[in-house]
Amino acid sequence: MAGTTGTRTTGAAGARETPPGGASGRPRRAAHTRSRARRGPRLHVAVFVAPFFVAFSLFFIAPICYALYESFFTLQSSGLGLTEPTIEFSGLANYATALSSPAFVGSLGRVLVFAAIEVPIMVVSALALALLLDSARARWRAFFRVSFFLPYGVPGVVASLLWGFLYVPQTSPLIDILSAVGLPHDFLGPGTILFSIANIATWQFAGYNMLVLIAGLQAIPQELYEAARVDGASELRIAWHVKIPMVRAPIILITVFTLIGTLQLFVEPLILKPLTTAINSDFTPNLAAYNQAFGQSNINLASAEATIIAIISFVVSFGFLRVVNRKGNRAW
Amino acid sequence: MVDRRRLSPATVVVLALLTAAAVYFLLPVAWVLIAATKSSADLFGTFGLWSPDPQLGANLGRLFGAEDGLFGRWILNSFLYAGVSALIATLLSAGAGYAMAKYPFRGRELLFNLVLAGVLVPATVLALPTYLIFSEVGLTGTFWSVLLPSIVSPFGVYLARIQAHAAIPDALLEAARLDGAGEYRIFFRIAVRVMSPALVTIFLFQFIGVWNNYFLPLVMLSDQRLYPVTLGLAQWNSQTFRDPAFFELTVTGAAVSALLLVLTMASLQRFWRAGLTAGSVKE
Repeated sequence: MAGTTGTRTTGAAGARETPPGGASGRPRRAAHTRSRARRGPRLHVAVFVAPFFVAFSLFFIAPICYALYESFFTLQSSGLGLTEPTIEFSGLANYATALSSPAFVGSLGRVLVFAAIEVPIMVVSALALALLLDSARARWRAFFRVSFFLPYGVPGVVASLLWGFLYVPQTSPLIDILSAVGLPHDFLGPGTILFSIANIATWQFAGYNMLVLIAGLQAIPQELYEAARVDGASELRIAWHVKIPMVRAPIILITVFTLIGTLQLFVEPLILKPLTTAINSDFTPNLAAYNQAFGQSNINLASAEATIIAIISFVVSFGFLRVVNRKGNRAW
Repeated sequence: MVDRRRLSPATVVVLALLTAAAVYFLLPVAWVLIAATKSSADLFGTFGLWSPDPQLGANLGRLFGAEDGLFGRWILNSFLYAGVSALIATLLSAGAGYAMAKYPFRGRELLFNLVLAGVLVPATVLALPTYLIFSEVGLTGTFWSVLLPSIVSPFGVYLARIQAHAAIPDALLEAARLDGAGEYRIFFRIAVRVMSPALVTIFLFQFIGVWNNYFLPLVMLSDQRLYPVTLGLAQWNSQTFRDPAFFELTVTGAAVSALLLVLTMASLQRFWRAGLTAGSVKE
């Protein structure tokens, strides 16, 4: 990086701009003086960076610490309920409770299965759409791009409501058509519900992921294609051997974001729940945690469950990034 | 150049696949726009993609008249939550991203790694403990409880840093300093302008994220009049089993809210592509 030269130039410029001991330097004097001794007053850097990091600390870091803290306590009520319940430190007891609860463990297993369904569908369909639109044979590109991307603007709640209407026989033209030609059409049974939810998520985000990939495809130098064409490669071979390897980084990016999205599945099952018995109130880890907090009023257990969800998404996404980064150049 | 071989078999295949995909993506939207013109009886009694007796005006009248104009309030709330928090988030991201790209300072990479980790934190994981903290300080159930957590966009800082690094030459800043411009003046007069494509993208991302957010208002709010439109529609939908009249309200409301954001997005389409390139392509 150009770090060293940058330090010198901006430091010198800063010294010129802000006179030493400037009037506005009163708070944080100690830190201020120390850094000035080294490379001049840096108050403007703090002014640029601090507002974001104050908000980040309040609304990102503090809630995470608070959830961790709460997760180590348990509300103890005496056997007969005659005295006020007391809050006691209980170590990892909430984590043990969560991880030995069949409902919560079942919900974790369910989202992992869901991720195994949804991630390949999402990546393959976004990539297929991007390659089709990028192909030399495509026409009416603007129309297709807008229509694929349009569902991204439909809120998850509304998308789930819409597909919900398309999944029930009373209102669905799809079911009318499928049953007329004699095809199976149970979208809400225990065997199909995960696919029906995967469909809603794909519908919403495939077009957005496609745009990310198209941006990557457009950055490929044209000479690569020309060289391949001179060698007699077909469009399909160019797509497979030139285009896909060149968009490896954006593919990894959308894979990670899809993984994180699938692990925090919440809205779709919540909205579809009234339509089917295949979804219970512990269907996904987030639903289970929400149910613990607001249904059972057990915020300590809910905090432990939220922490487990966060740890799993970190482990999965960092683990995935490690694996793919080891194989070749870094994606990020 | 492309049209040299008109409608070769390969072209037909590509166009057929693209058309099939377009039908898939447009079908639910077409369904809801058609359903929004139907009476309650027709909604259940007629084929989904045909409206025999359109009565859109009457449905819209009922939608905006229901419960003292509650739906209009929800739309307004959504615009307020999304617009105000996206504006603040963009400003905070621009400042932090610009400073991280252009001023070396101690702890910079540590902070940036924190930001990257923040991108990966699931939003739903934050909502629950944020609710607990807000209930300690009496903020739950207020306008602020939805607005404040939404002003933070780690992804925005990431985009802003990349854009500032790529688009603002150090020579430009040096020239401005030699002309006597202060650091704040340089930021607001030069950096913000050069970064504007990325800033528009950050604004749109955050706007759509907040507009579509459901979990945060769900845990924070109890007063219907403060609901954003997502929470309101979900609430109406949950009442359809008690009173089927809510079906029609939910469907018409879903059509209006889907159309609103889709129209906004389509009109801003050219801004999207510039920003996406900044965010996804390796330098």
